[in-house]
Amino acid sequence: MALDKNGIAKRIAQELKNNTYVNLGIGIPTLVANHIPVGLNVEFQSENGVLGMGPFPFEGDEDPDLINAGKQTITTLPGAVLFDSAMSFSMIRGNHIQLSVLGAMEVAENGDIANWKIPGKMVKGMGGAMDLVASSENIIVAMTHTNRKGQSKLLKKCTLPITGVSCVKKIVTDLAVVQVTREGFKLLERAPGVSVNEIISATEAKLIVPHQVPEMDI
Amino acid sequence: MINKKVRNIEEAISGVESNMTFMFGGFGLSGIPENAIAALSKTTINNLTCISNNAGVDGFGLGLLLERKQIKKMISSYVGENIEFERQMLSKELDVELIPQGTLAERCRAGGAGIPAFFTPAGYGTEVQQNKEVRDFNGKKHILEKALIADFAFVKAWKGDTAGNLIYKGTARNFNPLMAMAGKITVAEVEELVPEGQLDPNQIHTPGIFVQRILQGAKFEKRIENITTRKK
Repeated sequence: MALDKNGIAKRIAQELKNNTYVNLGIGIPTLVANHIPVGLNVEFQSENGVLGMGPFPFEGDEDPDLINAGKQTITTLPGAVLFDSAMSFSMIRGNHIQLSVLGAMEVAENGDIANWKIPGKMVKGMGGAMDLVASSENIIVAMTHTNRKGQSKLLKKCTLPITGVSCVKKIVTDLAVVQVTREGFKLLERAPGVSVNEIISATEAKLIVPHQVPEMDI
Repeated sequence: MINKKVRNIEEAISGVESNMTFMFGGFGLSGIPENAIAALSKTTINNLTCISNNAGVDGFGLGLLLERKQIKKMISSYVGENIEFERQMLSKELDVELIPQGTLAERCRAGGAGIPAFFTPAGYGTEVQQNKEVRDFNGKKHILEKALIADFAFVKAWKGDTAGNLIYKGTARNFNPLMAMAGKITVAEVEELVPEGQLDPNQIHTPGIFVQRILQGAKFEKRIENITTRKK
């Protein structure tokens, strides 16, 4: 069965490494923070100016001066630090963040990502996404495998204006875990109960399929 | 010390004219100069170019200037959550330049710091790169981005003193320190204005040299855009 948003987040949480700095984008990526494996130490950065972001506040404790990049109220953990936007993007552009998790509308088999604009329809802007994908050494995309019309979001080439060039390393969808390699998309894992053929038929790009494709362990 | 204190918001915004370029600090609705925006919305100036990470929401923040059609061009990184903005943009009443958030921050910082332009990898290979010089450094492609300055920069801080020194709180700092540096006239509104000597010099974020006018804000609504909590 295809994963829900929390399932995708839970699988991505397995990618987190101990003692690293991580930036989570808006949407599914934000949910990753709810699934950190016990004993693992990661520090979350939010590009509006906080490192050491904690859980959402208890009801009644919301502070308008303490939000994340999705404009949600947050808390800080002991050892947290606050800073301005230029400092924040020095961390990002300067490659001091080990992992960036983003949502996407399309990913191409060369690692191009599109997630900021649908010409003539939706123009919300790129926010910090272009800075993040230009520099982060590890970029994981969290998204559904297909869009609302049922069309594949894993493409030979992006049709929407791109956010960054050849930058995505891995994609976790509701159906599969896919790695971006020099040869193209490689299928690593499938969602529990989802067959390889279902994944192939939901993927417009060519998929490299190994002999054994294990189910995700979540 | 030079006394930067002004009596009220009308004095703080004196000299604003149509066709000027303004910067507004804030991220979403956090740390926005509410008092200056409200005062500007009561003037008849228009054709403004506004530089701000976001464009407010309907009925609050820069949404107030949008509703009154005072803005000709918006320079931002993210403009979702504002129906009137989207309408004006898609109908081409409003000119919008979207730029990566880190590039926006650095362009403001550079403007205040006397750096006319810089190279950044953000936006290479995308629409953002159009008509910009591309150069290879250490095997990676970068694009040339130019500094931004403004006729007026409107910023908001938590505490300030009469010398114009500013301290911000939480994530309400965001673009405020950078835009404070890049205004020909920088107007700072603060929640608490104290006499000079009352702030610890070790703790100041924006040195008063960057601020031309400072005032205690009459009112701060500090609206929250997206209240998210967990149960006790």
